[in-house]
Amino acid sequence: MDLLNIIEEIEKVDPEFQDKISPRRSAIKNMTSFGSKVAVAALPFALGSLFKKAYAQQSTTDVVAVLNYALKLEFLESNFYNAGLGNTALVALGSSTEIAGLKLIQTDENNHVTFLTNTIKSLGGTPVSFTAANFDFTAKGTFPTVFTSFDTFLAVASTFEDTGVRAYKGQAPNLLRNKTVLTAALDIHSVEARHASHLRMMRRARTATTLKPWITGANDTGIAAVAATYAGEDNVTQGPVTITSLAGVSGNVSTTAATEAFDEPLTMAQVVTIVTPFFK
Amino acid sequence: MEFFTKKSDQLLTSTEAEPSQKMQRRQFLRYAGAGTAAVGLLAAEACKKDRNSYTGVYLGSGDIGILNYAYALEQLEAAFYTQVVANASFKTAFSTSEQGLLTDIRDHEVAHREFFKAALGANAIASLQVNFSSINFGDRANVLATAKAFEDLGVSAYNGAGYLIKSADYLTFAGKIVSVEARHAAYIRDLITPNSFVAMDVVNVSVNGLEYDKTPQQVLAVASTYITTKINADDLPTS
Repeated sequence: MDLLNIIEEIEKVDPEFQDKISPRRSAIKNMTSFGSKVAVAALPFALGSLFKKAYAQQSTTDVVAVLNYALKLEFLESNFYNAGLGNTALVALGSSTEIAGLKLIQTDENNHVTFLTNTIKSLGGTPVSFTAANFDFTAKGTFPTVFTSFDTFLAVASTFEDTGVRAYKGQAPNLLRNKTVLTAALDIHSVEARHASHLRMMRRARTATTLKPWITGANDTGIAAVAATYAGEDNVTQGPVTITSLAGVSGNVSTTAATEAFDEPLTMAQVVTIVTPFFK
Repeated sequence: MEFFTKKSDQLLTSTEAEPSQKMQRRQFLRYAGAGTAAVGLLAAEACKKDRNSYTGVYLGSGDIGILNYAYALEQLEAAFYTQVVANASFKTAFSTSEQGLLTDIRDHEVAHREFFKAALGANAIASLQVNFSSINFGDRANVLATAKAFEDLGVSAYNGAGYLIKSADYLTFAGKIVSVEARHAAYIRDLITPNSFVAMDVVNVSVNGLEYDKTPQQVLAVASTYITTKINADDLPTS
């Protein structure tokens, strides 16, 4: 089978074909690495998946599924802040500046719920919906003081935001080239990252820890129960590039900087496992 | 303008050129009737002349163009923080905690810059020349205001260019970096004004909680204030 000839042939009828399967080289590389494991007879199947990738726009069903997944996480977050900031005893434990900051996050999360709900409806989908009664923010007893200790509340908030960042990032490829939906998802993703940064600095200021606005290695929170939120954040290899082999300011980029400089995605399955204990 | 001559050579000799560039070249060669090596060389010369009509660095087209665009912004940020941390006033203008975190940011931006350089290989644009003469590196407020502008700009740039990326892998790289830029932006903003991490100038607070994104043209117009090297973004994808 002469793969290159096939691509030349397709070009004759579709001049943009090479653009569509870009990066062609890595696609072909993947296929050939497939080929080393799979019998050559199976190659047409690999080719089929390449073409599917080239021509298939995401179906509306797939886009709605991603948005409903995001909406579920936004409901989790918005209900969490609504419950916490509606709890006068808890609010009394924070300074006015701290509470003001949390209210900004609360506003964003509730706006995200409304935005995603409307977007799903506009695509003809059925948005998921949750109320306060659906949640157990102690995570089945893992965080019993979530609404009685301000520090526990911040720790759980921080976990939610860092998880949210990773969740949106993991879905970006499923929205590839979708100007409206991908751009909206990215515009939410960076807001979640801003929240995460702020909450981490709040925790740093209160407990004098070495916690940073960015994620250092795998689970820098000091809370073993949230390890799954940070699994894989110690990665120092980005595609073909080993970040710790690159030149830094003095010597190579440190492992610490290499892990901090790149936030890692989580799959939908990983995120569902993390958040399931918070749902009744 | 030495690097721009280098760029035009590179464009013609690169083995990693974007498919679309290769297509153009192939079509050009066909059009020119290039059947022999000699004619091919002539055609290459013609191409070169054509490329020479560009001024400054040429970002390229397709995904390579977008990655070079990101590389340009990371060069700007890395150069800025390198000067911030190296400045004699750094240790007096900032607390120990702030020095640590600002040094982290410098290291992240350098890692981003070097990542793009390595990932782009022969397709990478040259090092850009920056002009920071308008920045007072000895002044805390001025340094933070500039840092805020750069970080917010970076986030809006990645957000606005995401849909232009064709490769899922490249999109993921951009996603991995943009959230770190957003973390930087929030930290810097809170240093300037507490609780300004999601202020209404960057987030559409009253409507949907989405961050404002920017097109490459909008971003480069701002960045060009600090980048002396002329950046040619003519062939960046627009849809």
